[in-house]
Amino acid sequence: MLEIRNLHAAINGNEILKGINLTVKKGEIHAIMGPNGSGKSTLAKVLAGHPQYEVTAGEVIYEGKNLLELAPDERAREGVFMAFQYPIEIPGVSNAQFLRLAYNEKRKHLGEEELDPLEFKDLLKERAKVVEMDASFMTRSVNEGFSGGEKKRNEILQMAVLEPKLAVLDETDSGLDIDALRVVAGGVNQLLTPDNAIIVVTHYQRLLNYIVPDYVHVLAGGRIAREGGKELALELESKGYDWITNPNVAGSANLNAAS
Amino acid sequence: MVTEIAKTENNYQAAFRAVRASSPTVPWLELVRGSAMERFEQLGFPAVHNEEWKYTNLAPLAKQEFVPATRPAGVVIDAERFVFPETATAHLVVVNGFFSEELSVKTGLENVIAIDLLSAVADARYNKVARSYLARNAGYHNNGLSALNTAFLQSGVFLWIPRNVKVETPIQVTFLADAGRADSAAFPRLLVVAEENSSATLIENFVSTHDQQYFTNAVAEIVIKDGARLEHYRMQRESSKAFHTSITSAELGRNSSYDTTSINLGGRLSRHDISVVLDHEGAECWVDGLYLAGSDQHTDTHSVIDHQQPHCNSHQLYKGILDGNARAVFNGKIFVREGAQKTDAMQTNKNLLLSPQARVDTKPQLEIYADDVKCAHGAAVGQLDQEELFYLQARGINPELGRSLLTYGFAEEVIEKIKIDSIRAQLDEVVLRQLNTQLE
Ligand SMILES: Nc1ncnc2c1ncn2[C@@H]1O[C@H](COP(=O)(O)OP(=O)(O)OP(=O)(O)O)[C@@H](O)[C@H]1O
Ligand SMILES: [Mg+2]
Repeated sequence: MLEIRNLHAAINGNEILKGINLTVKKGEIHAIMGPNGSGKSTLAKVLAGHPQYEVTAGEVIYEGKNLLELAPDERAREGVFMAFQYPIEIPGVSNAQFLRLAYNEKRKHLGEEELDPLEFKDLLKERAKVVEMDASFMTRSVNEGFSGGEKKRNEILQMAVLEPKLAVLDETDSGLDIDALRVVAGGVNQLLTPDNAIIVVTHYQRLLNYIVPDYVHVLAGGRIAREGGKELALELESKGYDWITNPNVAGSANLNAAS
Repeated sequence: MVTEIAKTENNYQAAFRAVRASSPTVPWLELVRGSAMERFEQLGFPAVHNEEWKYTNLAPLAKQEFVPATRPAGVVIDAERFVFPETATAHLVVVNGFFSEELSVKTGLENVIAIDLLSAVADARYNKVARSYLARNAGYHNNGLSALNTAFLQSGVFLWIPRNVKVETPIQVTFLADAGRADSAAFPRLLVVAEENSSATLIENFVSTHDQQYFTNAVAEIVIKDGARLEHYRMQRESSKAFHTSITSAELGRNSSYDTTSINLGGRLSRHDISVVLDHEGAECWVDGLYLAGSDQHTDTHSVIDHQQPHCNSHQLYKGILDGNARAVFNGKIFVREGAQKTDAMQTNKNLLLSPQARVDTKPQLEIYADDVKCAHGAAVGQLDQEELFYLQARGINPELGRSLLTYGFAEEVIEKIKIDSIRAQLDEVVLRQLNTQLE
């Protein structure tokens, strides 16, 4: 479904991603972990097509297409979804209006009938159950005044509505309380099918207890420094990152991931 | 240039003399009109060297030989399409400044006096009220535009809401520019007196039946007595070639409330002067607005909120959306006079520039002469937020639609406050015109 080959990307002339290789197949769950500033969100945003990042080398093939040639909205309509680490507030536009427009854009793209507000309301009610989101959030402006956890839950509501083929969840767990984490992670699991795939970016094992990855990749200094199965996450939890980023200096705090 | 302005004034003078000779009003009004004409002759149109007119140049208006409209005789106009459904039983129609009894519907206005302003000045039952408030707040001594309007005062609307009357139906006054001829000038006039403890909703709707060049020079005077409440919407949807100048002045009684929202959409050049005087304790006002301007449009709002007495609150939010080479001006003054303690005044002006050629000159001003007050003001000029746009795009919304949606969201802060559904719907439609979808 997704093949990233030797991906290099820069922002404001600073190279952040320095040759990422990653292959994701249908039905798989991949976890990306790694120290702060190692480039995890950068990778997520490059996949979503954020205009500020410049891809300087490499390629990304998604469903047989050159993903990097598609505009961000085209990627989304083709089934790529990124849950933002820091969701954006859109004042004056209600969650329901926003979700319906996004949903209908995708329907149009697929050559399907658009849903009118009433039809969409029913669908939204159904999908909101996946993340146990209260109806009162639908009439409020997108993310405006939402708590940190509510914003994260709202990201997964969007995922539930848009039903992406490839979802990249950037630290969706951070900001969620223990119960919310269970609900949201449960929601993500409900959305997983043999035909789609998920990349979860996280710092914590506890999310991976719910969303169990097939592969764990450790990003450090803009490269994948280590790969393994779900045990790797447990190992990281107990040992930290130093042994990966600086294997020769045991216990060294001299971590310079971005350099 | 000077000679051209003088020539235009002659044009108005000639029309003034013609009206005086053919259809004089009543002696009291003729005196007022005569003195206003004299004042206009001295003042002329405001010029750019006047600080209040620095960014709005009326020279093209002054240069044009507009012909003051006369009372239309038995014209058939479809005014109904301008009526908001909520006001179906309470709408007053004014054509080229002249009140039209035939086009108006007053069945929902039993407890209210809604008549031609000229009749009010002449009729013994109303002339005391009408004469005491007419040309009082919108004085013509220092303002050429007000003087010109007053000089041509031959009709208009008198709206008198008696004591303790709560009018449930919103009242609409439609000021219609009708294509009698090109280059005509109209001088709509409105006097509203809301007596003690009354309450009402008023919608002023400036529209046109044609797309020719014309000049609307309007004045509305609003008196809100003790404990009375007025909700006031002002929609300005003149033609794209029109010149529109307009003055709204309100005075607020003790514990009264005035909630007004001005929507400025039309006109090649439009200027709205709104002033609210809080000269009794406990009065509160909301003076909000939205201006939308596209290419070749210039829109100017000058607002004065004058706190003269203690314990009054004022809230102001004006938003502007400018596209193409549009120009906008916002000048908002808040005065807190000596002794006006415990004043709470809040003013915000925010502008969204959709094109690099658009420009706004914004100047919020606070002048405070009391020490125990809470006042804040601010102005912002910005473009669409790229992160917001990306967020929408990342959900499959194409950039064009995304820009419309964000623009709509920006305007919504003003629009959502409007309590008349059909006005809100009309505005959503205007803002979302490019958006090929209905939102609700
Ligand atoms: N505009 C910018 N100019 C320069 N450097 C930038 C810019 N934006 C991001 N960076 C840098 O890129 C690096 C990678 O950032 P990124 O957000 O991808 O990290 P991350 O792995 O997601 O970290 P975290 O775990 O804290 O979320 C960081 O060192 C960051 O400071
Ligand atoms: Mg990050």
